Amino acid sequence: MTSTVEDRRAETRGTAAAIGRRARARSAYPYWFYLPAAIVYGVLFIVPTFASFYFSLTRWTIFDYKFIGLDNFIQFFQEPALVKGFTNTIIYAVVTSGLKVVLGLLLAVLLTSRIVARGYLRSVVFFPVLVSTIGVGITFTVLMNPQHGLINRWLAVVGVDGPAWLTDPSYALLSVALVAVWKGVGLATIIYIAGIVSIPQDYFEAARVDGASSFQSFRHIVLPLARPATVTVVILSLIGGLRSFDLVWSMTRGGPGFTSDVIASVIYKQYQAGFYGLSTAGNVVLFLVVTAIVVPLFWFLSRREVEQ
Amino acid sequence: MHRRAALAVAAAGLLALGACSAGDLGSSDDGTTVSFLVDNEPSTVKNSEALAKAFNAKNPGIKVKVETRPQGGEGDNIVKTRLATGDMANVFAYNSGSLFQALKPEQNLVALDDQAYQSTIDQVFKTTVTSGGKVYGAPYGAAVGGGILYNKAVYSRLGLQVPKTWAEFMANNAKLKAAGVAPVVQTYQDTWTSQVIVLGDFHNVAAAQPDFADKFTKNQAKFATTPAALRSFQRLQEIHDAGYQNSDFASLKLEQGLKMLAEGGGAHFPILTFALATLAANNPDQVKDVGFFALPGDDADKFGLTVWEPGAFYIPKSTTGAKLDAAKKFVAFAVSKEGCDTIIKTTTPGGPFVIKGCTLPDNVPPAVKDMQPYFDSGANSPALEFLSPVKGPALEQITVEVGSGIRKAADGAALYDQDVKKQAQQLGLPGWS
Repeated sequence: MTSTVEDRRAETRGTAAAIGRRARARSAYPYWFYLPAAIVYGVLFIVPTFASFYFSLTRWTIFDYKFIGLDNFIQFFQEPALVKGFTNTIIYAVVTSGLKVVLGLLLAVLLTSRIVARGYLRSVVFFPVLVSTIGVGITFTVLMNPQHGLINRWLAVVGVDGPAWLTDPSYALLSVALVAVWKGVGLATIIYIAGIVSIPQDYFEAARVDGASSFQSFRHIVLPLARPATVTVVILSLIGGLRSFDLVWSMTRGGPGFTSDVIASVIYKQYQAGFYGLSTAGNVVLFLVVTAIVVPLFWFLSRREVEQ
Repeated sequence: MHRRAALAVAAAGLLALGACSAGDLGSSDDGTTVSFLVDNEPSTVKNSEALAKAFNAKNPGIKVKVETRPQGGEGDNIVKTRLATGDMANVFAYNSGSLFQALKPEQNLVALDDQAYQSTIDQVFKTTVTSGGKVYGAPYGAAVGGGILYNKAVYSRLGLQVPKTWAEFMANNAKLKAAGVAPVVQTYQDTWTSQVIVLGDFHNVAAAQPDFADKFTKNQAKFATTPAALRSFQRLQEIHDAGYQNSDFASLKLEQGLKMLAEGGGAHFPILTFALATLAANNPDQVKDVGFFALPGDDADKFGLTVWEPGAFYIPKSTTGAKLDAAKKFVAFAVSKEGCDTIIKTTTPGGPFVIKGCTLPDNVPPAVKDMQPYFDSGANSPALEFLSPVKGPALEQITVEVGSGIRKAADGAALYDQDVKKQAQQLGLPGWS
């Protein structure tokens, strides 16, 4: 019985390899098979991308356009909200990915240990990831209302005078970041759980025999061996943080004033105001910034993996 | 057999759906259908439905159908996109003044200056829907004032007088604060409401420097460097610095602010008077306690009101043939005495109409009556956005910052000057490139 399955597997592998070889020599499908996908991709992605490079050099309305060279980029970099937006974006990305790493790891350690209702708790932690971001934003806006919100009422019960979470300029961005962590930590936890579970039990047993405390085995076994998981969590949440928009927009609209603006919300506001050329230029800048951060990071991390 | 009949019914249904799709230009058997696009503000929708109903009853051959769109920036985009793609409703309502100018009226709209009713329309209003020497719009609804709604019950309890200068206003505020009433209600969750102190101060700016609007359009006068204009931003800052706002100003919405004013928790609310419709609907018993005065300046002799002209009806060039005639007929009805009366019956008007022969009834709220003297004596000016096509989109964020103490007045005014530059360049105005 077992041998048959093994045989069949080997057979399948053989066929797959054969197909792979043939595909390299000559495509299994005629070229016009790719045409529909190519047209869709070309019309909806390639053409707009290159068109936007051109239109970022114009001042355009929906009705006409005028070539103005690099003026949009100059204007965009003079935008006072932009400097604020840049720093805010970086603060937001760092705070969210940092907290997701720390909390995700701790939750994962807890949820891989032998506790009651482990499966249930895992789903509870993961649940916010599945909820609509806008819904989360609106719900927390209500909860964080300084006078009538549930959070500050609870704090009042314990005698703490809660801050004006979303309307105090010094807390607004951090409050949004906290909600982003609440919503995103489930994904980080799942990645960590997968990382921790894949660590062979032998290490833990050996450590126990050598008389290591549980903190020591966490510090010297879990932490280093969960490193690939950490890398994944950092990259995912950093990229997510850099292009964050929906949560910020649904909770504060960049306010009060410009204090919680991120790059994406600055660009959106330019678009909304009808400065289409300026917002196209902003998107080109965002594209370049994300590329400049992610490509080297990706290259660096994949090189590390090969070395390992 | 049954199945075939069902199929036929379904096919007929599809055909019927096709017949009333947006792009359809022909008229169906029972007359012409005119689509009419308005924003989804509740009182606007109510008025529009009432106008359509009254018109349809009078004109059996024509059927006006109301469609709605979002308000604010999103709505602006929908209007511009639909105009650009030739997919606009047959008639639409939209702002007059600077936003109207951004629609490229010569390219997109049907000129209405040959219409008989134009002689009954107020001259100042007409300038706000004129482009290249032609009139493109007809007024929809009443003009409103930008100033201060105040609680008369609180005023009489504390023995206060309506102020005629900024100093008197601030003195009243001090007394109100001492009496435990929030002197100035602000509602920064609806960010646009934060602009009223700055924009509503324009009559005072114009009184001090009559050519400001003209020079502003030509890039020759700036908010930051014109003392009278900078004063508007400083007033907003003074109110915050003195601690005269309600404590929850940052998290309140317009409706909650109106409630607070009506119930006496706050005494002054700088706002546009169209908000009276909402106030009257939510607090019908207290609307008689609410009065109105213009935003006071430094000189009592020049005390006057900043007026917001009503929005307008427009007909896009994509409306042609029988639909165009029907659309023109509908607009003519809406600006007739009958049209005004329909609006007055449906909602509480926030001010006087700009159409000759349309007078307000006696039972309007006292705050609306308080506006009449400014019109009778001529002590009023249109808001800056009706005199100049230049209006920066970020003003509401800037005024939130100034009003919350995040940014100083002078800095806010300078930032607004930069914001305005982008708008002027986008419009391609001379003198800005």
